[in-house]
Amino acid sequence: RGGDIRVTMGTAPFDSRFPNQNQTRNCWQNYLDFHRCEKAMAAKGADAAPCQWYYRVYKSLCPSEWVTTWDEYREEGTFPGKI
Amino acid sequence: MANHLQLGFQDASSPIMEELVEFHDHALMVALAICSLVLYLLTLMLTEKLSSNTVDAQEIELIWTILPAIVLILLALPSLQILYMMDEINEPDLTLKAIGHQWYWTYEYTDFKDLTFDSYMVPSTELPLGHFRLLEVDHRVIIPMESPIRIIVTANDVLHSWAVPSLGVKTDAIPGRLNQTSILTARPGVYYGQCSEICGANHSYMPIVVESTPLPHFENWSSLLSS
Repeated sequence: RGGDIRVTMGTAPFDSRFPNQNQTRNCWQNYLDFHRCEKAMAAKGADAAPCQWYYRVYKSLCPSEWVTTWDEYREEGTFPGKI
Repeated sequence: MANHLQLGFQDASSPIMEELVEFHDHALMVALAICSLVLYLLTLMLTEKLSSNTVDAQEIELIWTILPAIVLILLALPSLQILYMMDEINEPDLTLKAIGHQWYWTYEYTDFKDLTFDSYMVPSTELPLGHFRLLEVDHRVIIPMESPIRIIVTANDVLHSWAVPSLGVKTDAIPGRLNQTSILTARPGVYYGQCSEICGANHSYMPIVVESTPLPHFENWSSLLSS
């Protein structure tokens, strides 16, 4: 349901794509997926609510310093990932 | 925390650490048995009560192959059991980030609101009476008890390592990498650890203190502090 995500989600669940100790890619992938989702929804003129899942996951996993740095890069246009 | 001149482990405060302590005791007994046997045979040989003029050594060769194989199995089985137990998929209730700096830790709880704080060691000059020298911090890591917690460990500058012996956890903090570990405290309490990777002048002075409390207290604390 498209209801309050807080009720249905505690923290980022186990992701079988990243089963091991190194979760760096998990954080990175969800950050990318959120911004790609947002961009795609905006392009279609659709509601970006489903993208919130990716946001919540990267928020839980990524150090806030990394997020701030990446946001700055995106703003500057020097972000290394493809969004 | 450890006491002065302590030789053994600190009391286990998580299920995994309990298993590790039991395994250690088991392995130590095996080692003791082997050492005793070797010492006994050695004294027999040195006092000339044991010698050999055998040419056909088939039986003894069989014995001293089979017996060590059994010993190895006795060690491998519980060891692998614990290894796999540590790798079990548990759905955590909470994610907590521990970021190592020179020379303090930053903790981030960002599942809901943003709760971030730094944790510095309390200098001995400011230590209240009865508190633990070089172990106390100004802001402890508060967690709900008896809940699986995911901890993401990383570092900001050089290598550090986030360790809490009584919970059986030690995870390296590497810049640019997110290392995941899981803790579960069996009871409420305060658990101490110290940075476990050399990181400069004050490597010995950036301890870790985990405080495990019932969920309502944890929620109360986190709501008071979050933005």
